[in-house]
Amino acid sequence: MSRPVRFAPLVLLLAIVAALVWRLATPADTDVHSTLEGKPVPAFALPAILPNKPPLTSADLATGQPHLVNIFASWCVPCVTEVKVLQALRDKGVPIEGIAIRDRPQDLADFLARNGDPYERIGSDPRSQVQISLGSSGVPESFVVDGKGVIRYQQIGQIEAADVPMILSKLEQAR
Amino acid sequence: MIAETGLAALWLAAALAALQFLLMILALRGGADVRRAMRSIAVLQGVLTLIAFAMLLIVFARSDMSVALVFENSHSAKPFIYKIAGAWGNHEGSMLMWVTILAVAGAFVALLAHRTSERTTVAALGAQAVLALGFYAFLLFASNPFARLWPAPEDGQGLNPLLQDPGLAFHPPTLYLGYVGLSVAFSFAVGALLTGEVDSRLARAMRPWVLGAWILLTLGITAGSYWAYYELGWGGYWFWDPVENASLMPWLAATALLHSINVLAARGALKAWTMMLAVIAFSMSMVGTFLVRSGILTSVHAFAIDPQRGTFLLALLAIYVGAAFTLFALRAPSLKEGAPFELVSRESGLVINNLILSVVLGVVFVGTLYPLFVEALSGEKLSVGAPYFDAVAAPLALLLTVLVGIGPLMAWRRERRPVFRQLQVPALLGIGALAITIILFPAMHILPRLGFMVAAYLAAASILPLTGRNPLRAPLATWGMAVAHFGIAVALAGMAANAAFTSERLAIARPGDTLSVGPWLVVLADVTPTAGKNWTAVEAELRATRGDGVITLAPQSRFYSDPPTETSETAIRTFWNGQLYTVLGKQDVSGAWQLRLWWKPFVTLIWAGGAMIAIGGALALLGRLWRLIWRRRSPAEEWRRERYA
Repeated sequence: MSRPVRFAPLVLLLAIVAALVWRLATPADTDVHSTLEGKPVPAFALPAILPNKPPLTSADLATGQPHLVNIFASWCVPCVTEVKVLQALRDKGVPIEGIAIRDRPQDLADFLARNGDPYERIGSDPRSQVQISLGSSGVPESFVVDGKGVIRYQQIGQIEAADVPMILSKLEQAR
Repeated sequence: MIAETGLAALWLAAALAALQFLLMILALRGGADVRRAMRSIAVLQGVLTLIAFAMLLIVFARSDMSVALVFENSHSAKPFIYKIAGAWGNHEGSMLMWVTILAVAGAFVALLAHRTSERTTVAALGAQAVLALGFYAFLLFASNPFARLWPAPEDGQGLNPLLQDPGLAFHPPTLYLGYVGLSVAFSFAVGALLTGEVDSRLARAMRPWVLGAWILLTLGITAGSYWAYYELGWGGYWFWDPVENASLMPWLAATALLHSINVLAARGALKAWTMMLAVIAFSMSMVGTFLVRSGILTSVHAFAIDPQRGTFLLALLAIYVGAAFTLFALRAPSLKEGAPFELVSRESGLVINNLILSVVLGVVFVGTLYPLFVEALSGEKLSVGAPYFDAVAAPLALLLTVLVGIGPLMAWRRERRPVFRQLQVPALLGIGALAITIILFPAMHILPRLGFMVAAYLAAASILPLTGRNPLRAPLATWGMAVAHFGIAVALAGMAANAAFTSERLAIARPGDTLSVGPWLVVLADVTPTAGKNWTAVEAELRATRGDGVITLAPQSRFYSDPPTETSETAIRTFWNGQLYTVLGKQDVSGAWQLRLWWKPFVTLIWAGGAMIAIGGALALLGRLWRLIWRRRSPAEEWRRERYA
């Protein structure tokens, strides 16, 4: 048995132990990061769902200032609490655009009347096609989009009151 | 006092282990007195750990909440058997159980080992002491099971209800006994590498331990698979989860070792390779323990995660395995290879068996740890799932299964007879099974189809070694081999049937609704509340029929109060030709219930096959022990017998 063969198990063991030590030293980052961050918003044009709300297209996002795009639905329970946080962001001057997922006009109008309406525009995505192209798999989710229409941050799950400073700083960085 | 007695016994045992190791160094230089002393110390060490473990059982049985471990893992309202099982259903208790089994195994080596030379036995006992010492340190410094709480709390926090199951009482001890059996093989290998006495006597001394460990690992994996099947309510029997893989890897290594050790015992060949396998088999148990206990990989098995413990176990792993590999690298050149063999021979068959098993082991090992390495090197996150393992391991396993039918027919050294002629009947059966699946089930996937073919072939081929002579006069070990190999065919048929014929139905149903699954019509008759000792539940009444009478099943959706957890209790009915498997889910807002129904034809063959494999192993072990105890022969006589068996 040649020397390299005899020592191969030992070398292999040391490599494996090194990798395991590395893993123990740097605990796994269990957050899933968006792969679309840093990429432009895919082109889309969503129709209006309510008569008093303008529709939403990807061109509306590249206006020179950062936007917060909120993916929501009237049938989504966490969205009820999130809409109040969005209202607070709106009061601080953040332009918020909505994408309503698989929604009906009457349900959505009731939802906004009941919980408040922070949205400038709302596009209707009845078959989740734009949602999927944005790499979003559920409601609510939000995207910080800079003035050139590039996605800077994806929030998976609802924005809570404690997240407001973080969202504001992401918007500031996107400026 | 009870907890303190346990702790004191543990410290004493640790001190004895240290002494045992120091004495080994003296004993290797000579001195029969020192060697006798070592044997007594090993026995005493085993007794002390047994005392420590008994003390742990007592504090759990009495629900002594002043012991932190009891408070964290038990509750006074828990059924008695789960109070006892709670003693090892947690990290500290299970590590104490591990070290107890290790020390008791060491005591048995000291009492029974007289097949190897005195020097090798002593070296093995020393190695066993070093192993134990590391785990004593781990227990005493990083996971003391006897730590007290002051003031003592009123009542405990309870045990995860998923673990309140008879399966839990036996699953971990079975696997641990298996792991520790492999530690004895490891110690023997290290001892023999130290003394340079790697020979057929060593193989015969190691073999009962390897065989025993392998039987228990087989049982542990089979029982764990059935437990996951009925307790988790997902309807699957194997998920390629890291913790499952952690138990499969030592089994694969032990299976390879079990076969190569026969070559060493009968022919004195494959010395270096067998020693390597003995080291790897125990390393894999340690890797498994480390993966499970450190929480380094994400798994459905949520164990308490503690980086300090992970580091400690990793350090032990690196030291033990590193030292063994270094010893191997230094000593391997001095091992003289045994009797030569030709290309067509029993030895070659076993070498091929070992090669394939090693590749499968590599596949599982790489698949389990791959996400870790990719992330270390590129920062990318990924997971390796069933598609990889199925695609890579299944064809290899099928190939191995074909060879399982051929190997045992070969003669040692060289085979000149036309062995393949004997395989005509099995081959015809296999082709027949393949033809039937093609004609009757044209839509079946390729893997289950091949599975049926190989299972039919092997079922016949596995009993060939018993034919051609009076089967009653065949050695028990040959019977064991035939039964185990037949068990592989049975399990394979179960897997193929499960993959090919399972029907699944997921439905939202109201009382009175009728659902169909496979040949069954199932009526949801009613959903009613019910309660047990420490849980409340809603229970569905399902009436199922396939035209010959009605059977009733009662799956439950349970809620445990301590700790608050929801579980689903499956209701399974077993028939000769399959299982009806039902799960009750949640109620939706409209008041209807989620129901999952499966009809799984012949799925029970999977575990029946696993049990047969273990029974085969037990027969072989019985045969070996029988000869060891009742008919002790001279080594030369035994060698002749083995060679011409």
